[in-house]
Amino acid sequence: MSIITLDNVTKNFGGLTAVDHVSFEVQEGEIFGLIGPNGSGKTTTFNLINHYFQVSSGKIIFKGQEITDKKTFEIARLGVGRTFQVVKPLKRLTVEDNIVAASFARESSFNGARNVAREMISFCHLEEVAHQKAGGLPIAGRKRLEIARALATRPSLLLLDETAAGLNPSELDEAIDIIKNIRSKLGITIVIVEHIMKVIMSISDRIHAIAHGATIAEGSPAEVAKNPTVIEAYLGSDYNMERFLNA
Amino acid sequence: MTTEQTNKNPLIAKNEWFIILAAVVLPFIFHFSPYIQGLLIFIMIWTVLGSSWNLLAGFTGLVSFGHAAYFGVGAYVGGLLYFHFHISPWWGLLLGGPVAVLFGYLLGLMVFRLRGPYFALGTLASAEILRIVFGQEEWLTNGHNGILYITTWVSKYPYYFVGLAIALGSVLTIKLVMRSKAGFYFLSIREDEDAAEALGIDTKLYKNIATIISTFWAGTAGAFYMIYMGFIDPEVVFALHNISIITILVGIIGGVGTIWGPTVGAVIMVLVQELFRSAFFDLAPSWVSRMHELAFGLLVIFVILYLAGGVVGDWDIIRKRLHFKRAEIKE
Repeated sequence: MSIITLDNVTKNFGGLTAVDHVSFEVQEGEIFGLIGPNGSGKTTTFNLINHYFQVSSGKIIFKGQEITDKKTFEIARLGVGRTFQVVKPLKRLTVEDNIVAASFARESSFNGARNVAREMISFCHLEEVAHQKAGGLPIAGRKRLEIARALATRPSLLLLDETAAGLNPSELDEAIDIIKNIRSKLGITIVIVEHIMKVIMSISDRIHAIAHGATIAEGSPAEVAKNPTVIEAYLGSDYNMERFLNA
Repeated sequence: MTTEQTNKNPLIAKNEWFIILAAVVLPFIFHFSPYIQGLLIFIMIWTVLGSSWNLLAGFTGLVSFGHAAYFGVGAYVGGLLYFHFHISPWWGLLLGGPVAVLFGYLLGLMVFRLRGPYFALGTLASAEILRIVFGQEEWLTNGHNGILYITTWVSKYPYYFVGLAIALGSVLTIKLVMRSKAGFYFLSIREDEDAAEALGIDTKLYKNIATIISTFWAGTAGAFYMIYMGFIDPEVVFALHNISIITILVGIIGGVGTIWGPTVGAVIMVLVQELFRSAFFDLAPSWVSRMHELAFGLLVIFVILYLAGGVVGDWDIIRKRLHFKRAEIKE
């Protein structure tokens, strides 16, 4: 069953078309990768789903309900969680309080919210920094806090925006494990934007590639990696993708 | 708010009970002079006003430069009832808060479209507009002649206890709110409005809730001021420098975004002002009495430079410094 459907979604900023008739359908339980070169419109697509930007034309349907014109907080309440590429921790609150604030989306009592928060803290391996101020966390911690906070709102769909960027190799492996666990243990569908090929190729079931706001390919990671248009968009017309992946 | 402040902790902690008890009992044991009572009553009024401002600015991130608007409206509710209908201004104590909330909502329709410094300027302008309107519309407000009312009691003790009740009411309701979902939502909005929306927080609604609580207590403080002083005019209750700005400074000195900060700020502000105004009880030359604003200004600069969290917010730093000095003396 499809959990979210984008139907010819377009976004114009003045004369610039940032997202150009993009359509895709994500199935429940999938990990769906969204890739494309810098400035291709991936984050804009997320911002349209969350309604940080108003869609210019087209429709977004979440669980059979049209959410194109719903407000950001309403979409979050319906069950779309997201992380930000440029992380947005609540800096002067502790890590735990950050997640408690998010847990109140589904819990009304403080104790209930804190229990959810503690669950998410251990899920994202944040125990050691739970009582530190979020503003003092290094980047890996901030990225995991973003995930924990989004999970605490109990979403059924999670939009991950470059949660692996800026991590070192061991942190990267940890991040991949967390993302895999989100689906396997929490049963949450994931749409992931990522530049690091190791991450996106290893965890996605299907990949949707865009360039200059328009769809250029969709399919399994292997299919997309071999797609000449994708290779051209990323690397120019004369490059061996296999070699790139194995490097 | 720290995570240690869980709901397991009682609303009023042990040492807080101690201070409250002292505030209630001490006036019965020692006979405070009317002068001291007067100072204490002003501390109460500033506590309410400072706490009200702090909920909006310190906890929700909406820095108001126009809290005199709600204070003045609250004061004028009782004043106008008396002036036009000869109804006791004590009704103002009940109605001042709600009417201030109404004004807060109407002004909010304009200023909530603004963010950051523009919001601050919008609130400043709205208080100034009210000051001028209340000064000009003599048919309604008696203009600059103000409204005079013979106070109910000669003794200040009853006012002391009414003031104490209002001050405790404001601090404790804010403390209660800050332990709840709404409190966490206020903090989230302060830290990052976009992130707050992504967490499912209706930021507009919660900003309005913070404004309602804040303006209610600011209006109530104004109403109490009217009853206690027996005289109000627009230049006093809508004053930019004497109300709006001092409210902010009380918050900054005590500790922005702390529950008891404004109370501590109110104590410090009233004491410093009184020490200088009275030229250190006439021990210093008389020109010192003209320096109280300067002294307070210097104090604010000191706090901003060295104790950005205010006395309560940076209490740990202050305590460490004191311990350090004591250890030095011992050596």
